[in-house]
Amino acid sequence: MNNNFTTPLADEASLLVRFDNIGIEFDGRVLLQNIDMQIHKGEIVTLIGPNGSGKSSLIRVLLGLQSASQGKIYKDRHLRIGYMPQKLHIDPTLPLSVEHFLSLVRGVKKEEIQAVLTRLDIEALAKKQVHVLSGGETQRVLLARALLNKPNLLVLDEPVQAVDVNGQVELYNLIANIRDELECGILMISHDLHLVMAKTDTVVCINQHICCSGPPQHVTQHPEYQALFGVPGAEASLAIYAHHHDHTHNDNGQVHSKQECSKTE
Amino acid sequence: MLEFLLRALIGGIGVAAVAGPLGAFVVWRRMAYFGDTLAHSALLGVALGLLFAINLNLAIIVLCVGLALILVALQKKHIIATDTLLGILAHSALSLGLVMVSFLDHVRIDLMAYLFGDLLAISQIDLYWIYGGGALVLILLATFWRPLLAMTVNEELAKVEGYPIEATRLLLMLLVALVIAVAMKIVGVLLITSLMIIPAATARKLSRSPVQMASIASIIGCFSVAGGLFVSYELDTPAGPSVVVCAALLFLAVYSISIKKAF
Repeated sequence: MNNNFTTPLADEASLLVRFDNIGIEFDGRVLLQNIDMQIHKGEIVTLIGPNGSGKSSLIRVLLGLQSASQGKIYKDRHLRIGYMPQKLHIDPTLPLSVEHFLSLVRGVKKEEIQAVLTRLDIEALAKKQVHVLSGGETQRVLLARALLNKPNLLVLDEPVQAVDVNGQVELYNLIANIRDELECGILMISHDLHLVMAKTDTVVCINQHICCSGPPQHVTQHPEYQALFGVPGAEASLAIYAHHHDHTHNDNGQVHSKQECSKTE
Repeated sequence: MLEFLLRALIGGIGVAAVAGPLGAFVVWRRMAYFGDTLAHSALLGVALGLLFAINLNLAIIVLCVGLALILVALQKKHIIATDTLLGILAHSALSLGLVMVSFLDHVRIDLMAYLFGDLLAISQIDLYWIYGGGALVLILLATFWRPLLAMTVNEELAKVEGYPIEATRLLLMLLVALVIAVAMKIVGVLLITSLMIIPAATARKLSRSPVQMASIASIIGCFSVAGGLFVSYELDTPAGPSVVVCAALLFLAVYSISIKKAF
């Protein structure tokens, strides 16, 4: 498939996860096919794609929540995943404080919880009930839980959804800093097709197969970008990804005119 | 105090103490209808136990666990919506139990006692079952509290973090089955779930942590048993339903106070 996926980090020793020709079918419907993709230590990979494009299924396969019908996933022997789900639904009948929620990580110590709360600047939330958190607070708590697993790969499912633009910038900065501190790999799904985290090393656009991938363009001078994010510091955290597709999709998501991107069908 | 009343009180409190924490899980995981289904099928367990002359408690536990396993298997196949499936199983099992009981001419059984409980007829051996089974449930609950809670909070997160989800789910079903077997004597198959759900729902308003809610549910359950028995003795009402009415009144009281506070 497309080989424009190599990054400066692409050597075997730092490889965390490699998807080899992954395909997923559900109820006889093809959700994904021919996915080849790698994630390395210290690399940030952002998955984008329309609703139903299969990006969530792809990370579910990596997390072991769903099985692939085709292909293999190579995982590093020392792979430790910290997973941040899209949202936190906890039944309102279950009284639970943030502290208690974080203590459910296996083998976690009190000091570790304290440290991660401090690191993410959410110490004030420790005693709060999880049901009263705002969107941004919830995302930070979920990130804290992921970090408590001492991951070398963070899997983030739409980490900035339900967060306002300033909050998104802050959260993206935080994630980038954490990548630098832990030297972990990051695989995240972005809810926005065009705005991704600027620190992203590789953007992978998925619509049943990999449509295109590569580094996001730094377009801080773009008028549309500036109109949207005239916030100080914002230009460092968000980038617009310009898609370079060599094909189109019809209403069913099937590939119309493909040249070199896909070899099936 | 009359001896039978004392035995009823001790037995009832034993059941309520266990039903509280488990009821909390039933409420958190929205398993009320599931509990009902298992409870209704317990009557089938009684019929089978009598038919094959095995211990009734054992027969109920085996049948409940078996049914729980069948339920999980059917649920995975997505043949039909879960609530419909539960409805079908609950009422077919109950009816099948009633039909089978009618075939047992050689034994005379008090059907009402199995349907609505016979707290006042509790025997010394029943007490052993209640406290033995109850202790087992509480020990298992305490030992596996973290995986049970982690699964309840968020199943996918717990699975990714390495908790054995399938085994934990199975354990919870086993615990529910055990409590049903033990509690049947007290409130009967038709009212068992109420003894789990009502105290837990009442406790929700009074607690800020899962452990708190589980323990308060136990305490509220014990008060309901004591109150129900008192009413039953004074007014000569059926004991099991009196206990449930008492629990419901406590629920109403706590919720109306907290609603008043909110205004």
